[in-house]
Amino acid sequence: MCTTCGCAEGDTQIEGHAHDHSLEHHHAHSHNHDHSHEHSHNHDHGHALMATHAAGISPARILRIEQDILSKNNAYAADNKSYFKQHGMLALNLVSSPGSGKTTLLTRTLDDLKAEFSQAVIEGDQQTLLDAERIRATGVNAVQINTGKGCHLDAHMVGHAVETLKPEDNSLLFIENVGNLVCPASFDLGEAHKVVILSVTEGEDKPLKYPDMFNAAGLMILNKTDLLPYLQFDVDQCIAYAQRVNPGIAILQVSATTGEGMQAWYNWLRELHQSIQSNTQNQTTITNN
Amino acid sequence: MHEMSLCEGVIQLIEQQADEQQFTSVNTVCLEIGTLAGVEIEAMRFSFDAIAKGTIADAAKLEIISVQGLAECPLCKQQTEVTARYDLCPQCGHYPLDILAGEEMRIKELEVQ
Ligand SMILES: Nc1nc2c(ncn2[C@@H]2O[C@H](COP(=O)(O)OP(=O)(O)OP(=O)(O)O)[C@@H](O)[C@H]2O)c(=O)[nH]1
Ligand SMILES: [Mg+2]
Ligand SMILES: [Zn+2]
Ligand SMILES: [Zn+2]
Repeated sequence: MCTTCGCAEGDTQIEGHAHDHSLEHHHAHSHNHDHSHEHSHNHDHGHALMATHAAGISPARILRIEQDILSKNNAYAADNKSYFKQHGMLALNLVSSPGSGKTTLLTRTLDDLKAEFSQAVIEGDQQTLLDAERIRATGVNAVQINTGKGCHLDAHMVGHAVETLKPEDNSLLFIENVGNLVCPASFDLGEAHKVVILSVTEGEDKPLKYPDMFNAAGLMILNKTDLLPYLQFDVDQCIAYAQRVNPGIAILQVSATTGEGMQAWYNWLRELHQSIQSNTQNQTTITNN
Repeated sequence: MHEMSLCEGVIQLIEQQADEQQFTSVNTVCLEIGTLAGVEIEAMRFSFDAIAKGTIADAAKLEIISVQGLAECPLCKQQTEVTARYDLCPQCGHYPLDILAGEEMRIKELEVQ
């Protein structure tokens, strides 16, 4: 429980945050808890009866709520999104099953793009600080979120992690989600895109078996292509499956260990970063005029 | 488990409503869950009992209305029931279809006191 904002964090631990409650006064998002109330109507069907009831006894009544179960997460995600936008940041949510190579892909990317961009990483795992340590070994700032039993990051945790991390304006923010092809699909973190990483050792049928994730992603990175000669993995079939659940998905093939194909990924990042920058600039010009 | 955190979301929304709408106990929670929402109904019931314990919704009855997936073909406008997001149009074979219903994850109603 986060005492200032009253947010339930369960057994989630954010490095440098959980035991420092002073941080909670500087939320990147405002916990004013008045998000998404607009749909609640009090259809007090017991109204006529209530008047005749003895004072002090409240009769049962039906409240029509019509609220999305994820509305709280979505409100936090919207706060994160506007924070990222305000600061010209490109935030990406990296999702995959465990061990597809997210951290390997990241450490190589951070090294290669160090000179070009300011970068920061939020690492999500159920346990251990291992991945954040691997990231910090590249010299890039990282904060680890341990979700405990939780199988995905949510927008609220990410908001707190951003406070701790304080990424520079115009930076790339990579959020490595908990390895899980199911749950992270439903939880928007405020990112520009989900990037789903699928390694060739997992089989080409994964886009069809976990369609929600591949449907939610803007880019699929097919990783570990250096292993293709040793496997029976049908790349074309895999791509066809991914396009079946998401016709607009971009697809890149890389090997995070040999570096093959990584330039295309960097170009994808550059283009997206560029478009965010020009959007931010346009906005500034509009407000200045 | 995904359903655990969904139930936490439900309880948080109920507690927020309790503040605003001035009630102290919940008799029934009625949810609307689409068949395309990726929610396991049995897991949802199990999680709800665990998560609601000791909260304002302790002892509340959970009702779940399942909403059938419905989609429309953007080409031939055929409407069809779907069980998966990537189903093809039964009339012309086109995909993707526009999902009209089945993605709901909503608190519909509460009976409160
Ligand atoms: N051959 C080969 N191995 C790779 C490649 N990328 C990652 N690996 C290996 O795959 C294993 C898992 O890589 P990680 O980067 O830890 O994967 P991850 O997705 O971050 O794993 P979790 O965070 O635990 O879900 C490691 O042994 C990596 O060396 C690749 O392109 N080719
Ligand atoms: Mg990792
Ligand atoms: Zn989950
Ligand atoms: Zn059709």
